[in-house]
Amino acid sequence: MITRLATRAATRAALAAGDAQERLVSVGPLRAHPLTLAILGIGLLLLLVPALLSPFRLNLVARYLALAILAVGLDVAWGFGGMLSLGHGLFFGLGAYAMGMHLKLVASAGALPDFMNWSGVSALPAWWGPFASLPVALVAALLVPALVGAALGLLVFRNRVRGAYFALLTQALVAIFALLLVGQQGYTGGTNGLTNFTTLLGGPLSEPSTQRWVYFATVGGLVGALLVSHQLVRSRFGRLLVAVRDGEERVRFLGYDPATVKTVAFGFSAALAGLAGALYAPSIGIVAPGMVGIVPSIEMVIWVALGGRGTLLGAAAGAVLASYAKTTFSEALPSAWLYLQGGLLVLVIVAAPRGLAGALRFPRERPEAPERLAAEAS
Amino acid sequence: MTQLLEITSLTVSFDGFHAVDGVDLSIEEGELRFLIGPNGAGKTTLLDAVTGLSRATGSVRFQGEELLGLAPHRVVRRGVGRTFQTPTVFDTLKVVENVDLAACHTQRLPGLLRRRRRTARAAADALEAVGLAGHGSQAAGTLSHGQRQWLEIAMLLAQDPRLLLLDEPVAGMTRAERERTGELLQWIVEDRTVVIVEHDMDFLRRFARRVTVLHEGRVLSEGTVDEVQADERVRDVYLGRSGDDVEGAAC
Repeated sequence: MITRLATRAATRAALAAGDAQERLVSVGPLRAHPLTLAILGIGLLLLLVPALLSPFRLNLVARYLALAILAVGLDVAWGFGGMLSLGHGLFFGLGAYAMGMHLKLVASAGALPDFMNWSGVSALPAWWGPFASLPVALVAALLVPALVGAALGLLVFRNRVRGAYFALLTQALVAIFALLLVGQQGYTGGTNGLTNFTTLLGGPLSEPSTQRWVYFATVGGLVGALLVSHQLVRSRFGRLLVAVRDGEERVRFLGYDPATVKTVAFGFSAALAGLAGALYAPSIGIVAPGMVGIVPSIEMVIWVALGGRGTLLGAAAGAVLASYAKTTFSEALPSAWLYLQGGLLVLVIVAAPRGLAGALRFPRERPEAPERLAAEAS
Repeated sequence: MTQLLEITSLTVSFDGFHAVDGVDLSIEEGELRFLIGPNGAGKTTLLDAVTGLSRATGSVRFQGEELLGLAPHRVVRRGVGRTFQTPTVFDTLKVVENVDLAACHTQRLPGLLRRRRRTARAAADALEAVGLAGHGSQAAGTLSHGQRQWLEIAMLLAQDPRLLLLDEPVAGMTRAERERTGELLQWIVEDRTVVIVEHDMDFLRRFARRVTVLHEGRVLSEGTVDEVQADERVRDVYLGRSGDDVEGAAC
């Protein structure tokens, strides 16, 4: 007989030791995971930022933080789930347009939005109506992208479309979405998008105080997104997601359907992108097709790669830093940014496959196989 | 004894080639059945067909219910688990997480999303059974080849299947490791049924009870080790060929 009984005591001790170690970092009401504490700490620091920056700069930071929410979601899908989406602009756009529709209706004060008049639409379409309510707009900004993402997942993952094919499919979808936005001018504002927003919850968007509240809401959104994502990737589901990334076929023989796992994760990722869009819209004051096309979608992936795949804080930092760099360099040398961005990506792939987070040794949720990034990018 | 698994006229074709060609096989509850045969005999393909990996015609009844046409994860949920020739574990996850996932496949989504307070009991027991309990918190990628094979078996045990299909579980193992695996197998069949594909003839002689010999996709012979060894046809196609159980002897 195997040494079953003999090793029982030793086993229990070893398992208990392993458990204790895990418990120290993960569970127990008082002992939070270090990353949870880090997220909360960063959230608190971000609350101090309005005291230090001019309203103009604060508004920029709010935008970066909104984009960071998207990067966190994209990291869950790509870094943890291996689903490289080149179409997250679609979900970002759905969220941004949901919020933009609300802001536009408020700005129109009961009248037909101006662009509808110009385009010959004589009455407000029925599906525009509910967006007059902010809660409806916010729920839609989360739910519509989540449902679209999940529906896409159901169709695609069940048929075992993955890897480069999945990436191309998402890219095609975001291209179609951008075309649709431009083409349906009477309903979407066309190329110009939705503009001339005035107030949010009664506060003029031009007022620094309103923008400060938008900033606080964005910080709240980012901290929430980080905490929920952190919980997700640490749960059994998160481990399963990594398992699907590393060996989808093998997961079937554990008794799970990988398509379900991926669909849920992708829907979640899409919801975060939608939230990001909804928070971005009042900061930037316009929602236009240019924000959601192929190029922005690829930039989103670059943020995550720069920051570090498989690390939530890294992805968030990547989005903030890359967006900051874009603003700074665009002010000085508008045409150079695209080349610099491309160069940075190449540098990261060659020199720091785990991105900034890897270079700085951020706490990792998961050991990452570094060669994957290079392999996938090639 | 009841028939746990009843395979009738099972055929798997790849572009007209019958990798498994009308196989009939029944496995009784509590059996430890060895499947042997030369390379290309269809042993692994047979497991693939039973577990939903390869399309097949015929019938595979498990506890009276048809398995053919079910997706692999549904076959697992019916109570049939398998391992693979090349041990496939999740290298970036901890050893205990590998087993824990296997143990929790019956959980619904909300359960999976909850905070993990502790490792599933079945997972701890399975690790203990294969002697990997002390390695729980290390990454599975750091295990040796033999340990990975055991981890696969532990994952299988944690799934709590009624029927285990093991594909060459001792391939590449040292003599001592084979010995332990054999003992483990004997312990497993005390309350489960095992079908094992194995090339290693020493291992077979030492641990096999009933043996089924496959050749070119068909059942050639079936019986105890002695009966099968005495079978003239088996000698011709299999045991007579000295090269067959010396894996990788020459290039």
